[in-house]
Amino acid sequence: MEFALDSGNTAWILTSSALVLLMTPGLAFFYGGMVRGKSVLNMMMMSFAALGLVSVIWVLWGYSGAFGSDIGGVIGDPFEFFGVSTITDEQSLMAAAGVPALVAVAFQATFAIITVALISGAVADRMKFSAWLVFAGVWVSLVYVPIAHMVWGGGLLGPTGITEAISVPIDFAGGTVVHINAGIAGLVLALIIGKRRGFGKEPMRPHNLPFVMLGAALLWFGWFGFNAGSEFAADGTAGRAWVNTLAATAFAMLTWLGTEKVRYGHATSLGAASGVVAGLVAITPAAASVDTFGALAIGGVAGILCALAVGLKYRFGYDDSLDVVGVHLVGGLTGTVLIGLFANVGEGVNGTWYLEGSQNGLLYGGGLDQLVTQVVVAAAALVFSGVLTAIIALAIKAVMGLRVSDDVEVSGIDLAVHGEGAYEALGGSFVRTGDAGPVTSGASRATTEVKA
Amino acid sequence: MKLVTAVIQPHRLDEVKAALEAAGVRGMTVSEASGYGRQRGHTEVYRGAEYNVDLIPKVRIEVLVTDMDAPGVTDVIVKTAQTGKIGDGKVWTVPVEDVARVRTGEHGPDAL
Repeated sequence: MEFALDSGNTAWILTSSALVLLMTPGLAFFYGGMVRGKSVLNMMMMSFAALGLVSVIWVLWGYSGAFGSDIGGVIGDPFEFFGVSTITDEQSLMAAAGVPALVAVAFQATFAIITVALISGAVADRMKFSAWLVFAGVWVSLVYVPIAHMVWGGGLLGPTGITEAISVPIDFAGGTVVHINAGIAGLVLALIIGKRRGFGKEPMRPHNLPFVMLGAALLWFGWFGFNAGSEFAADGTAGRAWVNTLAATAFAMLTWLGTEKVRYGHATSLGAASGVVAGLVAITPAAASVDTFGALAIGGVAGILCALAVGLKYRFGYDDSLDVVGVHLVGGLTGTVLIGLFANVGEGVNGTWYLEGSQNGLLYGGGLDQLVTQVVVAAAALVFSGVLTAIIALAIKAVMGLRVSDDVEVSGIDLAVHGEGAYEALGGSFVRTGDAGPVTSGASRATTEVKA
Repeated sequence: MKLVTAVIQPHRLDEVKAALEAAGVRGMTVSEASGYGRQRGHTEVYRGAEYNVDLIPKVRIEVLVTDMDAPGVTDVIVKTAQTGKIGDGKVWTVPVEDVARVRTGEHGPDAL
């Protein structure tokens, strides 16, 4: 096929890529504000480390593994586009929209980065930074890349995959690839690494709620690139995704606030920020495949379900510290499954997206086929991601350990692991500059004594 | 000499400070404090997790005065800091052995 550049579409995807990239620093603030002040830097560093590490992996073998020639329906050929230097625009994932290959590489990179960063919320305050780096690199290569390939790269969870006889699964912008995937990985990693010291006994209040709200705002802003950019074009369907991303998210915020007002007596800022993210997560797979009423329904249900789901960790005793499960897994499943009820892929609705072979949802006269398809794909992703994440985490635990020591965790991971504290502390004196050679240890900052 | 220490509601600080100045007090030390008395804190809920927060933010005012002025200063603080609600705080007075002014080296009541 001859490649014909579409500069309008290309400009929109370049813009969307930058929008989605901003979500990861936004997530760093969202998560960073929710932990205690002694571990905010480590929390934010886990997101920034994902930016560093996943970007490099993506341009080397990540994109190729996700979107290279299919191997067994599970993964693309990681060497076909290794280094993405020789890939041609005819081979672009978005060739049909006239968007060059490297622009597709850029856009997809930002999704891989944030998916890895999302997992970090489950292991706040206690994971070795070195273990996080190893986990992030291995996980994106062995879990994210295959799932992205299976859903979007023509693999087992795509149009010609395991549900081919029933219907074509719909995951417009990453409900399965990003949120169900990161959510189950967060749950598995939290179970393997164990609870924070004092979980369920000591107070673990968010140390900076304005950070959380700033993070939620940046996430929402970037998410317009995430969802409307997933159309790969600047057209009416992108507009449909944009409007649904507004409507579902706004209503999810309201229903989360309503739920906590009824249950606990207050509408909180943390609830508003959390409701925003729950709505964004839920509408992601459905962004262009439901009409406005479907979007409101999905957002509204997600706000209530996620507000209830964040309490499960106390009931079942797992420490998913910042509710990757309660928000991303539950929200991702909500959106993915509700597509089976609300999908409106027929004609007559402005902007909705029609994937050849997908069907209307149960409430839109389409029968059960789409619902069954959505459930099967979600379940398959849960099993694949859950099992592989467990293997990776257990292997890292055996080889290098996952957790910092109890002392480090109690006194604060920032100082011990990064040699920094987020907030001003009194005392101390200047010792020397780094020019004199390696500083003896990160902990030296904690003392006021001058070491010769 | 006496040290009068008051722990009061933070939002009463400006009124208390103004009243002390009007009563002739020429200096004070103010610091942020946290604690509880019979008020016993309050409850906060974050994503469904309920915490009892018993250490409430307060402001601590310390004033060094002569023996004679101490009861008057206490009265001024009590009167202006009072809201009548639980959590208004406490004022207490302790004897001070010596005071030195750093700038001049003066000791005793002259240094006040």
